[in-house]
Amino acid sequence: MIFRTLRKAFPYTIPIFAGFWFLGLAYGIYMNVSGFSFVYPMVMSLIIFGGSLEFVAVEMLLSPFAPVQVFIMTLLIQARHLFYGLSMLDKFKGMGWKKYYLIFGMCDETFSINYTADIPEDVDRGWFMFFVTALNHFYWFSGATIGGLIGSHLHFNTEGISFVMTAMFVVIFLEQWLKEKRHISAYIGLGVSAVCLIVFGPDSFMIPTMIAILSVLAILRKPLEKQEVTEK
Amino acid sequence: MTVTQQMVTIGLCVLGTMLTRFLPFIVFSENRETPSFIQYIGKYLPSAVFGMLVIYCLKDVSIFQGTHGLPEFLSIAVTAMLHLWKRQMLLSIAGGTVCYMLLLHFVFI
Repeated sequence: MIFRTLRKAFPYTIPIFAGFWFLGLAYGIYMNVSGFSFVYPMVMSLIIFGGSLEFVAVEMLLSPFAPVQVFIMTLLIQARHLFYGLSMLDKFKGMGWKKYYLIFGMCDETFSINYTADIPEDVDRGWFMFFVTALNHFYWFSGATIGGLIGSHLHFNTEGISFVMTAMFVVIFLEQWLKEKRHISAYIGLGVSAVCLIVFGPDSFMIPTMIAILSVLAILRKPLEKQEVTEK
Repeated sequence: MTVTQQMVTIGLCVLGTMLTRFLPFIVFSENRETPSFIQYIGKYLPSAVFGMLVIYCLKDVSIFQGTHGLPEFLSIAVTAMLHLWKRQMLLSIAGGTVCYMLLLHFVFI
């Protein structure tokens, strides 16, 4: 039964395998050439499990010790996870001990798969999401460790393969789009993020984006809920 | 940085990350009724979040310089068309990525 669930979950994670191995290798190589032992990417990929922060953490480790700055930076980079938690409150209900691991391992990709996947009826939801999380965690961990171990000896042309992540989010966006009746929220997500990106620039647009999305949704609550009632 | 300082730095990265992942579940526990505003947000947020993630992936693309984001937008179009046509997740993602890599290697060198 559990093995069958693993087999059902695996195909969903194949694009992430490609993306995480590439990015994980790149991260391990980056740590390797920055003068760190492979133990660093190995441990960090295991206990942080958040790609963009781990790249920034390399810079932090090479700079003078600044704990407060590190903590604030971490919160700023990772704040989007708050949104994932809010979206998963219901789906993680009653998952028992698995819930803690599901929350621990909820990176962008894992959240997106676990939120949108059509989990077959005869498969245990908890185990399905557990395997998606664990497989992704393993891909990232193994990629980072291998990159840290043999990074400086690797030479191959994989320019552009990181686009696999963009393509995956486009597909997930479309899947969600095809499933929902009204697309107002999707428009808000695209529009607000694009405007904030233009206004605040690539390094500091995420926090304003999140605040703006929440504000717009709060303002639209009454009309949206009214529409829901009339549709029923 | 000493090894201890490195460990503190990594520890703070872990702590900050876990705070952002666990906080909603700590504030809105299973045992209590989730406030209706949070239920509403939880329902409407995901579509907005997926839109936000697409933009997030494209944040370093500059429209006014270099390739003007053409390889990215063409490949996204290919991904989306493949997906609307066959609705096979792996096919759409692989097709879009291969398209992007080919564009980078042969067209926008």
